Amino acid sequence: MALLEVSNLSIAVAAGGKLLPVVQGISFQVEAGKTLGIVGESGCGKSLTSLAIMGLLEGSQVRIIGGTIHFNGQNMLTLSDKKRREIMGAEMAMIFQEPMTSLNPVYRVGDQIIEAIRQHKKQTKQQARARAIELLTLVRIPDAEKRIESYPHQLSGGMRQRVMIAMALACDPKLLIADEPTTALDVTVQARILELLKELQQQTGMAIVLISHDLGVIAETCDSVAVMYRGKFVEVAPSAELFSTVAHPYTSGLLSSIPVSDHEIDRLDAIPGRVPMLGEDVIGCAFHPRCNLAQECCSLKDPEEVSLTQTHFTRCHFPIGSNL
Amino acid sequence: MTQPAPLLQVNDLKTYFTIGTGGPFGSGKQTLKAVDGISFEIHAGEVLSLVGESGCGKTTVGRTLTQLEPATDGEAYFNGTEILSLPNSQFRPLRREIQMIFQDPFASLNPRLTIEQTLAEPLHIHKLAKNRKEARVLISETLQLVGLDPKVMDRYPHEFSGGQRQRIGIARVMILKPKLVIADEMVSALDVSIQAQVLNLIKDLQRDSGVSMLFISHDLGVVRHISDRVAVMYLGKIVEIGNRLEIFENPSHPYTKLLLSSIPRIKPGRTKVEDLGEPASATSPPTGCAFHPRCAIATEICRSAQPEMNELSETHVSACHNISQLLGGHA
Amino acid sequence: MNFISTIQNVFRGRTLATIGMIWLCVILVAALAAPIFAPFDPLDIDPIGRLQEPSWAHFFGTDHFGRDTFSRSIYGARMTVVIGLGSVVFALIIGGLIGMLSAYFTRLGHVLMRIVDVLMAFPALLLALVLMTLLERSVTNTIIVIGIVYATTTARILFGMTLKLKGEVFVDAAKCSGAGHSSILFRHILPNLISPLLVQASFIFAFAQLQAAALDFLGLGLPPEIPSWGNMLSEERIYVTRAPWLLLFPGILIIISVFSINLVGDAMRDSIDPRFKDDIAGV
Repeated sequence: MALLEVSNLSIAVAAGGKLLPVVQGISFQVEAGKTLGIVGESGCGKSLTSLAIMGLLEGSQVRIIGGTIHFNGQNMLTLSDKKRREIMGAEMAMIFQEPMTSLNPVYRVGDQIIEAIRQHKKQTKQQARARAIELLTLVRIPDAEKRIESYPHQLSGGMRQRVMIAMALACDPKLLIADEPTTALDVTVQARILELLKELQQQTGMAIVLISHDLGVIAETCDSVAVMYRGKFVEVAPSAELFSTVAHPYTSGLLSSIPVSDHEIDRLDAIPGRVPMLGEDVIGCAFHPRCNLAQECCSLKDPEEVSLTQTHFTRCHFPIGSNL
Repeated sequence: MTQPAPLLQVNDLKTYFTIGTGGPFGSGKQTLKAVDGISFEIHAGEVLSLVGESGCGKTTVGRTLTQLEPATDGEAYFNGTEILSLPNSQFRPLRREIQMIFQDPFASLNPRLTIEQTLAEPLHIHKLAKNRKEARVLISETLQLVGLDPKVMDRYPHEFSGGQRQRIGIARVMILKPKLVIADEMVSALDVSIQAQVLNLIKDLQRDSGVSMLFISHDLGVVRHISDRVAVMYLGKIVEIGNRLEIFENPSHPYTKLLLSSIPRIKPGRTKVEDLGEPASATSPPTGCAFHPRCAIATEICRSAQPEMNELSETHVSACHNISQLLGGHA
Repeated sequence: MNFISTIQNVFRGRTLATIGMIWLCVILVAALAAPIFAPFDPLDIDPIGRLQEPSWAHFFGTDHFGRDTFSRSIYGARMTVVIGLGSVVFALIIGGLIGMLSAYFTRLGHVLMRIVDVLMAFPALLLALVLMTLLERSVTNTIIVIGIVYATTTARILFGMTLKLKGEVFVDAAKCSGAGHSSILFRHILPNLISPLLVQASFIFAFAQLQAAALDFLGLGLPPEIPSWGNMLSEERIYVTRAPWLLLFPGILIIISVFSINLVGDAMRDSIDPRFKDDIAGV
């Protein structure tokens, strides 16, 4: 059994007395030591998926309406609150996009890490402090002994994200969920943070779910990739396979929309139209109004998942480069 | 030089901010040198990109040239007129010719005004339409130009998506038929697929109208796509400036090389450049060459003296002490 | 956003606020059509029928000159509306201008806002008393004095909000279009201040009633011959043991009215302020 198994997960938002679906029956698995990338544009449901795994949807207008989430063999959705809290933060940790708002501005970063450690492990203050310094050194913060006394505002954006990662690693989690961890950072800082995550994964063998809108980030860090459009995985494949043999027109459209810095393109092949809004109904394949390969049946029937190879799946009536 | 006089000529522009409070209870005043002596020119019909990471001062350059921030020192000649020292009343007629597009399409439109009101305002200010009917004709033409249905002019900004709002932002600028457009991170808030649409639109508009652009961005892919020339900024200074191909295919400054090598690629095989430190703070920039603490080839002189601009070709200039080493001892 | 649906939004599911609004409408009607509703002339003296108890002829009884208290109460509603609206208009225009201009023109702000700070250092009633002793007792002067007191708080609030709006990107965008100062202030900033101004107006209206009543009671407000609830309280206070209803009715009217205005004001703030709105989190 894989470390994380999500099957048929559906999430809806309650708005105006109605339940509007935002994530519709997605399934995936993540093995220990592997990285899954979820890529998609804003509003596609990728962030809600990560919050659902962390059990952070409770109390909001967003709720899980179907499916299961198994972590380490346990069904997270039926687990008691106490049991789940024990797992959260200890075996499963999360880092967010904006490292400034995720740190409490009135406490020293060291105290916040020590607090995180002592919440899950019976350790004395001294032990926890030693561990905090060890963690800050692990995420390559120079002068960890001094930096532990800093307040969040005294650190740069990259340093704060490093602190967040150190905090997430405090209890040696088996799974790290990273929701756009480098989006707010400069490109040179991003490169270093991504490298750090990869190295830490090699050392600890943790699994990572990386959520991003940036195909470049995904391509460089993930073993397998799921492309999400309007709450569904439209294409899932190992990273190398996905980028060499794109099957779904949306993935292909995304790839040709990116202006790249390593060669000349005169005109971008943009996807026409826009993502339908929450609650806007599209009959058939959700992507067909924007798809230049769409035929009549695309506007009538939502495509089922088809497998192109053992590891490459797509939801399209007419996948690119296949005879289906 | 056989070229005609540039549309915009910026000489040694400096914009400093005072931060913190003085006085007996203040935390002490500090000078932030957001823009610290930069020079460049833009010719008619040309797109120059200013690229750099957050805090390098690229946005301040745009805001200073549109008088949203006062310049501390330096000159900027627009069509031969020095614009930084112009009082507000004399600069106002020139605003028609120097227009700005902002980053956040959600914040740059007044939520209480309809699209027609937003687009009519510049027309009335610069007396380009005699009456409402004439204004409406111009507005609907411009809306079509940016790919929007003219019927939308009676609606309010909140009824539009980010991409549509940015088109409205472009319409507000293009309706004045400016000579120079300063675009500050105009596509960074948009999703990839929408960003591509807007980039195509702005490229078409630029080519058709021949407007010059100062395109400010942190995204090197976007910059390569849109620019004729590129200036790379680091901590308030331009470290390298050159034609698009010179910068992207043949970068000379170690910082440009670091930037280019840091972009995550979809195709494997990126060459890594060593980055020795964190970006420095603009309030206390390092001595000498500001980039030296992160530079793998820094030598003693880099710590003490600021590098001069070295000409690599007629169009390509780079500010590095070790430029000869970078070029294999030729220059 | 049209007017009727805004009103519906404000009062939907807010029973108390709706009752408050109805009461305010009653007062407004009474004020407008006082001669029709009042059974007697409020100034008619009847020396024989002094200090009568409430009866079918005189609902609220008669005062120490034999004037009909019910009729005087209805005419008093006029003063309530006039003082309320007058103070609101005065405070919002003067205070609003001071606040907006101070935030927009920083140097002017250094001077104006210090003056506002000094005025705010006085308790509201004390400030009104000091100003009133310098002026003659009249309706206009009462409005001006109460207006000045509440112009200071309005200026403070609008100062902060304008300061924030001034930094918005759409203001920069307007500047780049070549918009002048007045266009930026009144076309771009002011429409975004309408909601807080409305809320502020409701609170000023309510506090103006209390201030006016207090000034009247202390004999520094409206001229004594004008029937107002505050004047009625002030004149009849010596008869509190012999004819308590003379104080009871105007007192109750003041309390209910101020309470109603506050309820309506709260309802407006709640429905206008987006922080109180139901939002879809995280989508």
